[in-house]
Amino acid sequence: MTNAHSAHDLLLRANKITKQFGGLTAVNEVSVDLRKGQIHAVIGPNGAGKSTLTNLLTGDLPLTSGHVTLNGQDITGWTPEKISRHGMGRSYQKTNIFRSFSVWDNVRLSAQSRSQPMPFNPLAWLQQASLMADVNERAERALELAGLQNRRQAMAGAASHGEQRQLEIAMTLATEPQVLLLDEPLAGMGLAEAESMVQLLLRLKPLHAMMLVEHDMDAVFALADQLTVMVNGQVIASGLPANVRADEGVQAAYLGEDH
Amino acid sequence: MSDAHAPLETLPRSLKILLGTALLALAAFPFVGTDYYLQMVTRMMILAIFAISLDLLQGVTGLVSLGHAAYFGVAGYALAFLTPPGEPVSLWWTLPAAVGASALLALIIGFLVVRTHGIYFIMVTMAFAQMVFYAFFDNKVLGGSDGLYINFKPEAVLFDLENKKVFYFFTLALMVLVYVFLRRLLWSPFGRALAGIRVNEHRMRALGYGTFNHKLAAFTLAGALAGLAGFLWGAQSGYVNPELMGFHMSAHVIMMVILGGMGNFAGAIVGAFSFEYLLHVFKDLPQVAGFNLGKHWQLWMGLFIVALVVLAPRGILGLFAVMLKDKSDKQGPQP
Amino acid sequence: MDFVNFLIQLLNSVQYGLLLFMLAAGLTLIFGIMGVVNLAHGSFYMLGAYLAWSLAALTQSFTLAIILGTLLSVLFGLLLEWLLFRHFYKRDHLDQVLLTFGLIYVFEEMRSILWGDDVHGVTIPDILSASIPLTETLSYPVYRLFMSGVCLLLALGLYLLISKTRLGMKIRAGAFNHEMTEALGVNIKLIHALVFAMGVGLATIAGMVAAPVSSVYPNMGSQVLIMCFVVVVIGGIGSVKGALIAALLVGLVDTFGKVLLPQVAGMLVYVLMAIVLLYKPEGLFKN
Repeated sequence: MTNAHSAHDLLLRANKITKQFGGLTAVNEVSVDLRKGQIHAVIGPNGAGKSTLTNLLTGDLPLTSGHVTLNGQDITGWTPEKISRHGMGRSYQKTNIFRSFSVWDNVRLSAQSRSQPMPFNPLAWLQQASLMADVNERAERALELAGLQNRRQAMAGAASHGEQRQLEIAMTLATEPQVLLLDEPLAGMGLAEAESMVQLLLRLKPLHAMMLVEHDMDAVFALADQLTVMVNGQVIASGLPANVRADEGVQAAYLGEDH
Repeated sequence: MSDAHAPLETLPRSLKILLGTALLALAAFPFVGTDYYLQMVTRMMILAIFAISLDLLQGVTGLVSLGHAAYFGVAGYALAFLTPPGEPVSLWWTLPAAVGASALLALIIGFLVVRTHGIYFIMVTMAFAQMVFYAFFDNKVLGGSDGLYINFKPEAVLFDLENKKVFYFFTLALMVLVYVFLRRLLWSPFGRALAGIRVNEHRMRALGYGTFNHKLAAFTLAGALAGLAGFLWGAQSGYVNPELMGFHMSAHVIMMVILGGMGNFAGAIVGAFSFEYLLHVFKDLPQVAGFNLGKHWQLWMGLFIVALVVLAPRGILGLFAVMLKDKSDKQGPQP
Repeated sequence: MDFVNFLIQLLNSVQYGLLLFMLAAGLTLIFGIMGVVNLAHGSFYMLGAYLAWSLAALTQSFTLAIILGTLLSVLFGLLLEWLLFRHFYKRDHLDQVLLTFGLIYVFEEMRSILWGDDVHGVTIPDILSASIPLTETLSYPVYRLFMSGVCLLLALGLYLLISKTRLGMKIRAGAFNHEMTEALGVNIKLIHALVFAMGVGLATIAGMVAAPVSSVYPNMGSQVLIMCFVVVVIGGIGSVKGALIAALLVGLVDTFGKVLLPQVAGMLVYVLMAIVLLYKPEGLFKN
């Protein structure tokens, strides 16, 4: 995976993005920068607007105001598929895989998106998908990164929870994005599995600009280069993890509570 | 779609052998069957093509269209408009023209309906098909409720379609061609994407697939193939009427696909044959104690459908697969 | 078009629209709250019409026929829900389409066996058979005003029930989250049965009230079902308000279309639906 950007280049910028649902402001003028080679963690209590923020960046929800720039392009108002093709990948908190396909087919189909011929092209209707070499290579790489090579034949719906979370990431990686938005990748994982996932995220870091939404505070402080705290849709602190941790407002609002 | 409808994409070997045998039987049939049965089986094969076309949409892509008959009927009418009352017309340009008409209609309607989901999709496909139905039913210019006659079968020059055996083999060849083509398509990148859309469209979009265009292409292709079947129907029966585009026709073809088993095209063929056969059985029921069972065939058909949905949601092939202790389920899908 | 003609067409539009609303409201409620699509909904309309005909002949009283008919059909609806429909709330739409299509066949045949295949008329009761004179030559039938009145009253009743009563609150809660509502002690099965019965009742009353005007004939259910679907699509699934506005819209477009542009009148409603789909694929009032 070659990347024209050098380390710590700004790949994604969300500039004062806001989302209102009728009278409710779910996300209020939030700005986030994602740089290559860095993990930017976003934390906050349930209902803080973290999922909404992610959905705004991926194009799943339209912005009420503000702009998002990806790789220098203003992607505000783009459809999710267009944003994905422009270099963004996203994994889900609630596992969002193709349950009735095998692990390999999940990753292969994900990789295929980057080589997909136009649907109205009849020649593409006669091609054999399993013989697409570049797709297979991409899928194989993603599978290996996620550590699922030995589980490729398993039915995705029948795999263990940890394996499904790994598959979740593998699918995102198969599209070879530059920006990764990861929504609680450690959700529901045991200690050993969580440790594996943390190692994987560290391996991914040098090549991607990553945003990590997480509740697991140990993982957050082990991984994050930048930390943003959201409460009630607003950013109450943002910056280096050590500084944010020491911030009194943050301690009062969030870190001090049991969760 | 629920797991109960998860399709048998890969046919177990025993089923393949069974289907191969059936194909041989079909090829041999004209030499042993009477004219009446020849016509019946030809009609079954035409409906099989119709059912296969819907399977692409419903079984593979997961789009439940309650208006697929619109594209079937339009092609039949196209042949009726193109055939002069006194002489036959050439097969070689009317067939593509009729199929093209169906494809165009499917493209236009598809553009409007493919943006809807779930129950909306079901309702709007039905609504637009009814619009087409009423357009023909209400307008004398288009034949009205009486329909139109096609006095001559299309002229093929190389072979004579007026010969029932020749027409039979022509239909059989087309059915096999469509089947082989779609099996190939199923494992193409387009086909894999359609399957992905069926299983999890949201994730497909997040992965970068233009799902609207894929669904629209599937809708158009399905409409075109339904048109192929409709053309053959008009050519064989020599008569088209708005019922060919009606709600009952659309519902029947859904039934055929479900009855046989969705998602592998073979089930659609099995379903078409079975459904037509069942229809004959119900209509031919005798009088019992003064009550004409055959006249009320819709009652038996209705009860059968209710029983089917309650007891056998994966259809005939599904039952077979369970009976033969389906190995391919355990192995997972294979390329 | 002069004013009197315009008024007549307007009244006809409203009457047709309100009738469609009765059917669409039931369909959209049943779908919005229980998630089940019922293709046989038009059959209840037909049932109502046939009940009106046979009960009116039997009892010689239109009023009695309506009361009895409503009771019978609500009971029938409850039986259906208990026997079949409640087992299909969690099944996917294809299964529901199949089931209800099978039911259409069964209902049509039952109708054929019980009542035969002929077309019948239902006489308008004397008190409602007058016409209100509008000009020297034109007058408007009182019965049609009566139809609109009944539908309007029921629409009002539905609105009050859903937004102002505790039962209505439970119904609305059930639409959002069955498990939660159940956990709060609400008998969700009862709610579902009630909503289903309500939907059936509305459709049947519509058929009964329309019978004198539309006549009673086989397949009358499927024609009205299509319009019902169009209304629900335009209005938005699950929205009763949407169903009302969409029904009136369809009534207007269809009625005035037949008068002003008769050649394309049949298509106009679908064109309207197509336009709505282009800009709001989930309907005008999707919640």
